[in-house]
Amino acid sequence: MASSVLAFFFNLFEPFFKFGQKHLGFSKLGWLFVGPNLLVFGLFTFLPILINLIYAATGGVNLMPAERPYVGGENFGILFECRDYFDITTCRKDIFWRAILNTVQFSVIQVTLMVLLSLMTALVLNRKIIGRGFWRGVFFYPVLLSPVVVALIWKWLLQNEGAFNAGLVAMGSQPVEWLTTGSWAFFWTVFVSIWAHMGFYTLILLAGLQAIPKDMYEAAEMDAASPWRTLTKITLPLLMPNLIVVLVLAMIRAVQIFDEVFVLTGGGPGSATTFIVQFIYQTGFAEQIHLYGLAAAASLVLAVGLMTLTFVQLKLTKANEAGKRAR
Amino acid sequence: MQAKLLLSALTFAVAGLAQAAEIRVMCYQDGVECDVTAEQAKRFEAANPGTKVVIDTVPYKTINEQLPVQLAAGQGPDIARVTDLGGLSKYYLDISKLVKDPKQWDANFGATQPWLRPSAADKGIYGFMSQLTMTGPYVNKTLFEQAKVALPGPKATWEEWVAATNQVAKATQLKAGMAWDRSGHRFAGPAISYGAKILDAQGNLTLDTGYKTTINKFVGWHKDGSMLKDVWGGSGGSTYADSVGEFVNGRVAMVLSGSWQINRLQKDVGNKFDWVAVPNPCGPAACSGIPGGAAWVALKTSKSPKEVAAFMDFISSETSYAEFTGKTKNIPAHQGLAKKGVSYADAAPAQRAALGVFSAGVANLATEAFVFQGYKYNRAIMFPTVTRVTQAIVGESSVDEAINKLNADMVDAVKQATK
Repeated sequence: MASSVLAFFFNLFEPFFKFGQKHLGFSKLGWLFVGPNLLVFGLFTFLPILINLIYAATGGVNLMPAERPYVGGENFGILFECRDYFDITTCRKDIFWRAILNTVQFSVIQVTLMVLLSLMTALVLNRKIIGRGFWRGVFFYPVLLSPVVVALIWKWLLQNEGAFNAGLVAMGSQPVEWLTTGSWAFFWTVFVSIWAHMGFYTLILLAGLQAIPKDMYEAAEMDAASPWRTLTKITLPLLMPNLIVVLVLAMIRAVQIFDEVFVLTGGGPGSATTFIVQFIYQTGFAEQIHLYGLAAAASLVLAVGLMTLTFVQLKLTKANEAGKRAR
Repeated sequence: MQAKLLLSALTFAVAGLAQAAEIRVMCYQDGVECDVTAEQAKRFEAANPGTKVVIDTVPYKTINEQLPVQLAAGQGPDIARVTDLGGLSKYYLDISKLVKDPKQWDANFGATQPWLRPSAADKGIYGFMSQLTMTGPYVNKTLFEQAKVALPGPKATWEEWVAATNQVAKATQLKAGMAWDRSGHRFAGPAISYGAKILDAQGNLTLDTGYKTTINKFVGWHKDGSMLKDVWGGSGGSTYADSVGEFVNGRVAMVLSGSWQINRLQKDVGNKFDWVAVPNPCGPAACSGIPGGAAWVALKTSKSPKEVAAFMDFISSETSYAEFTGKTKNIPAHQGLAKKGVSYADAAPAQRAALGVFSAGVANLATEAFVFQGYKYNRAIMFPTVTRVTQAIVGESSVDEAINKLNADMVDAVKQATK
């Protein structure tokens, strides 16, 4: 029954394919299949990229491209204009550079901690511990929350009159300016983003751990291998494809950080937690003199960064596969 | 027979559709402004069958950030309640030929009409101010009484108020005595009082001595703990943050905000403490706040300009305007009504007193304050002021660096805006 329904369904397309084959020829028939997808990608991915390029090469505050004067590379010139490249305060758009430095610093610290903590959590959750299902749920739960909700919860805890300071005062300590001191605010943006997303990466690593054949561990046990040796010689090498995926996804997500931080600290105090995406948003949309061209140029700089990360991912994946084949 | 009936019904339906015009009004409210307008819209619809008025109540952020993008893309509502009066003026629809009596409009709104016009030479009618607002301070009278500190008088300087609120903060164990809204608009009032002209003789933005002095003083007050750091230091970029939340929670004895907060204070403070509005403190040049307010403007995106003009006529009439002002407890921009006086029938004594202080304060506003409010690119100085002054407050830059950067940002923004 099911097969006849399927056959009927596919037969519906037959005249269409026959028409394509007749007029396009067999070699070009593939275009017919990828056509719908290409159209969607073209409209929602490639066209916006093209429009972004147009904005980056034009100036003024008008929204319609036809009303914007061509300025060539002026927007990039504004972003990259510095008297001394070793001192960002001398740059014309110093906040852009602060945002880049903050993003790099955030990405390195957050991704390193994220991968390590996710790995440790996955290793623990892969063991036969009491209430394993419950703990898996606990770690995954924050992933289900909206980033805005996450940020509001933590803002409520961390604000000067918040729950944490109330606790400190109740214990006789002085309240701490968690979100109005630059270093503390940066620390909490890292902490909150790890808290919110760790469950997702833990899940990927947990799936990888469960795919490692049990007999490998049994053989190691019979050979009296130490736990550390088992981890470094069996678990980590076999988990490497998952670790690479986690590393790259976490890195891309870190570079794109915006929502949680924007709600939690608003990029402050000052520009202590202003990241590149917030700079783009504020330049293009939040300031009432909308500098779309400058925002588009900054977003292209971000795109170059993300493309580099994707390239690194591809290289790492290929190297890992080549290593596997060599083994 | 049946076919004939059906045909007639269809004809009536089509004719009805052809006559019906829908006006969409984008509105934000500090209190009940959109609710009152919706009530008036119902009465307008009853008096004008065939015209439907839809009030879309949106957050203020939508008016600030999304409406300009919509308008630039050639989309948008028929009417909107806006505060970036000059910045959006190129999208306003001139209804001077469509309103019933343009002379009445000039007589009642003549003083504020230039704020909506794209140029000084223009004489069009684009809308009207739904209310006049004025920036100014509120004081927690209960805290002053508890601290046994007398309220400084009506001509007291900013320094005297800072000293007084510091005493209150010390006596009542507050973290700081004072806070200002995180806004370049609010900052401009004290700056003008300290002698800032903001616009030079050619009408271009300038960072003069008065403005720089205010930045220096304001940053200094943060450094010595007179100002609550949380409001300006608690955010990044030019994000708006109000100080009234801190005031309501009793964390400061005085805030610089504006007349539009009167209803919120009445609602949120209730009988927790006594609050009063006080006249703007003085600097060497003036005792000024900044006038402002929201305006109902007709937009070029409208496909029903006649109906838009009719609705604008209706809500700007003295009767409707008096109802709106009385219910929303705002200062009227309608000159005829201002002369007669507004009955704030259901206002609490504190609200009525505050409205009196702000209404009287309009006379003390410096000329520079009106000019600044009407300047098309005033946001080019307001927004970078917030960003750069905050950097100086939190120690990311020195005051001098902040001023230099602010100047560069301001010049860049105006250059782009005039391209």
